[in-house]
Amino acid sequence: MTLYSVIFYVLAAIVVLSTLLAIIQRQVIHAVVYLIASFFATGLLFYLLGAPFLAALEVIIYAGAIMVLFLFIVMTVKAESGEDKGEIYQWLPAVVLGVISFFVGGVLIFEIPGSKTGLSTGMATASAFGQFLFKNYWFPVEIASFLLLIGLVGALYLGRRELRKGSEDRR
Amino acid sequence: MIVPYGNVLLLAIILFLLGAVCSISRRNLLMILIGVEIMLNAAGLAFVAASLKWRLLDGQAFVLFILAVAASEVAIGLALIVYSQRRTGSVNADHYDSMKG
Repeated sequence: MTLYSVIFYVLAAIVVLSTLLAIIQRQVIHAVVYLIASFFATGLLFYLLGAPFLAALEVIIYAGAIMVLFLFIVMTVKAESGEDKGEIYQWLPAVVLGVISFFVGGVLIFEIPGSKTGLSTGMATASAFGQFLFKNYWFPVEIASFLLLIGLVGALYLGRRELRKGSEDRR
Repeated sequence: MIVPYGNVLLLAIILFLLGAVCSISRRNLLMILIGVEIMLNAAGLAFVAASLKWRLLDGQAFVLFILAVAASEVAIGLALIVYSQRRTGSVNADHYDSMKG
């Protein structure tokens, strides 16, 4: 039991616990705040597993951008009361299916060869990662940037104000 | 040595199933989208662990593309939620029953 494995288990406990707390919250805003803690811990896990650049991106994009976007939308969308009462017929099938998949997946993971081999520490610096990315994956990077552009245009189109006839002169 | 490779995969599968359970059982559209985010994050964790195991950077490159897909997906998804809330006045998936399904 090295120091690294202690850090891993502590971070894993934080991630699982905060995600579990997030998905059982009644209010969406509490779920978002729990998920920010979960994504911070996941970023630290990325750092532990040798991806410091991705750890920074996880904190900036997931915890910083996506969750803040969720917070804005939660504040914009009108809250409704009297829903998600936690009926058992909503949760029971999902939990049963999840537990079955967990056991099947766990057995599968520990049966495949190589799952017992320990991960030794390593670190890919940001410059090495960037050079690898633009040497081998320059075309997918272009596609990803195009996807982000399409996402921007689509969000602008969907989020525009409805212009009905006769509503212009009232404004 | 950090931990055996299987433990990281086990953590990833736990996270993925938590996201899947959230997506299946909740009725709020925002919570469904949050479940999808949790699932994408779990997939990224598995990719980073595989990248460390085989000492190849391809896994980390794929996590970067997962990040881009998650960002654009959440932008479009939240815009759709705001749009349908403006049209129908509800973010509950059970209230979208105008086709009598």
